[in-house]
Amino acid sequence: MSFARAASTILGKELRTEFRSRELLGTTLVFVLIVLALFSFAFDPTREESRHFGPGLLWLALLFAGSLMLQPSFVREQSNDTLAALRLAPVDPFSILAGKIAANFLFLLFVELILLPVFAMFYNVGLTAVLGRVVLVLVLGAAGISVSGTVFSAVAAQARMRELMLPLLLLPALTPVLIASTEEMVGLFGNPPETQTVWLVVLVCCDVVFLTAAWLFGEYLLEE
Amino acid sequence: MQDAEGSAPPVRAAISLGAIVAIAVLLAAASYAALVVAPTERTMGLIQRIFYFHVPSAWTGFIAFFFVAFASVAFLRTRRPKWDRLAVSSAEVGVACFTIVLITGPIWAHPVWGIWWTWDWRLTSTLVLWLLYISYLILRMMVDDPERRAVVAAVFGIFASLDVPLVYFSIWFFRTQHPQPVIGDGGHLDSRMAWVLMLCWAAVLAVMAVLIRVRVRLEALRAEVDALRMRGSGTSR
Amino acid sequence: MATPLASANSPGLAIHFHEIEKRYGLRLALRNISLEIGAGECVALAGHNGSGKTTLLKIAALLARPSRGSVAILRGGAELEPAGAKRSIGMVAHATLVYDELTAEENLIFFAKLYGLGDPAARARRALEPAGLASRAHELVRTFSRGMRQRLSVARALLASPELLLLDEPMTGLDVEGQQWLAATLARLRAEGCTILMSAHGNSLAHASVTRAIRLHNGEVTHDSGPSGDATRVLALAASEDEPDAPEEGRSLRTEAPRS
Repeated sequence: MSFARAASTILGKELRTEFRSRELLGTTLVFVLIVLALFSFAFDPTREESRHFGPGLLWLALLFAGSLMLQPSFVREQSNDTLAALRLAPVDPFSILAGKIAANFLFLLFVELILLPVFAMFYNVGLTAVLGRVVLVLVLGAAGISVSGTVFSAVAAQARMRELMLPLLLLPALTPVLIASTEEMVGLFGNPPETQTVWLVVLVCCDVVFLTAAWLFGEYLLEE
Repeated sequence: MQDAEGSAPPVRAAISLGAIVAIAVLLAAASYAALVVAPTERTMGLIQRIFYFHVPSAWTGFIAFFFVAFASVAFLRTRRPKWDRLAVSSAEVGVACFTIVLITGPIWAHPVWGIWWTWDWRLTSTLVLWLLYISYLILRMMVDDPERRAVVAAVFGIFASLDVPLVYFSIWFFRTQHPQPVIGDGGHLDSRMAWVLMLCWAAVLAVMAVLIRVRVRLEALRAEVDALRMRGSGTSR
Repeated sequence: MATPLASANSPGLAIHFHEIEKRYGLRLALRNISLEIGAGECVALAGHNGSGKTTLLKIAALLARPSRGSVAILRGGAELEPAGAKRSIGMVAHATLVYDELTAEENLIFFAKLYGLGDPAARARRALEPAGLASRAHELVRTFSRGMRQRLSVARALLASPELLLLDEPMTGLDVEGQQWLAATLARLRAEGCTILMSAHGNSLAHASVTRAIRLHNGEVTHDSGPSGDATRVLALAASEDEPDAPEEGRSLRTEAPRS
């Protein structure tokens, strides 16, 4: 069973499960909206300030949402010990991780893309000139969050208090992703919009480093 | 508890008395050097002397976390428990070192700049790494089975260690764009100050080595107790 | 009790356990197990709860790593790589190993794909029929009764036509009809040369095809009828000596009345 085929089969199963219940995506969307609204009550930014603080708040909200949304990734596989079923199959253990990382990436990206126009509206930022580059930041950020998040979900699933463990492990680790995504977006929403390649490079580095580490060491998380 | 086959081997201390004395002397010498011998800094005055322990603690904490990474990889490859013991011991000592940095930082900052905390890049990075390794230690507390704990902690330890350069760089670059008062630098170093700094670093490193060694020993003894307990509770034939 | 087949050219897989030890925290689940299970044998594992049967089955399935020692899966005397071995191993475990949020058919299609089987949809449909689940193929497993989930579990294990079948209390939750179906399936597989290793508490239907019995007690092998010995004697001994309700080192009580 080739790696790509196994990973895509698992990806397919994750997508099918989610589209049937839609509980994860729906709840996450609402959660991020609540957080964004609450932030505006706490800070009450002016228009200029919004441009500056908005992206940071968006990425913070996404990080919080991610650390909650990524939890079920492995906890779900514990109910009927379906993780054992996956491990029994003649597939590379990393393909199990890869399929889930891909699924979480798509879920997170979906949430981000839905939120983007809402965010633009809340914080009065014009997107037309920079849409492509903003989406690029969303993609790279989602990748960073989903790779680490899925791996740490496998870690937390084996610990007690796992609902608290995942944010505890994930949020400090994602500091570079938070800083890079926020700074890049602030630059893009500035007047005139500027692309700072440094931050894009940092994001790509985060994605590559975490994915490589997941490939090298992730399978050990699935053993018994 | 005596072994069935003969008398139990004598328990040797993790560090000899001689080593303890030597390190105590080194620490005393370093403290004296920092407080008395080193020249007083021009602008910051007496409080700057904290620098001689603030900076070596940071460097030493860094080295400890390198040990965590190395030990984690070694454990996953070989599955020898000694690597897991080294990982947890180094992480604890690293957290202790970074705690010193996070405490001495504000103590230094307040008389000099009138503020307790600045989001200075070194201090911020230290805070993030401190949180990351505290999470590592909490994770270990939350996994009951020792084998799973070691594996799971090793994987997280590797991720945390790979994150370190990314954290440092992103915070550093962020700060160059949004500057804040800087702690931890006094500008260039007078040669006498450099000597005292090295001496203090040697002292801190020695203490770190001792702490790690004792802690590893403690873990090994715990494992031995567990093994004995397991043998003892095994069923009768 | 069936007679053992000549195992020289049996298509089934053989398992060699070599000095296996398995620790879970402070608990030693298996201590120094060395066993050779030949191709085509149908082996019953007997013993009280907590004696290590489940652990041994998991190690045979290459699911759990032994703390010490090694396990090898062989075909015709040659050791298989784990990936190759897994393709031919089927397992029915304590848990159902199926997804509640998918339908029965979707579950089997998913696993058929994972095992690299051609035409997964047809395979799935064909597998549901004998399990008596064809009429419920498009319903979510969440709506199934315990017995139906167990049938699906067995169907899942048999999907890839395994040469080594591992079963952990497979009769659990099955009604009389289901048990008869499983017993008939085991007999058929045995006739085809599949190697079977199963743990079953005092269930005569399950034991119909058994050619060898091994009794575990506190993680050690105490009795082994061997490839050509009298399995019934060992099974009877286990049934009389091992009370199903005896608690073992902190495990919870599990009452299991023998099913007829």
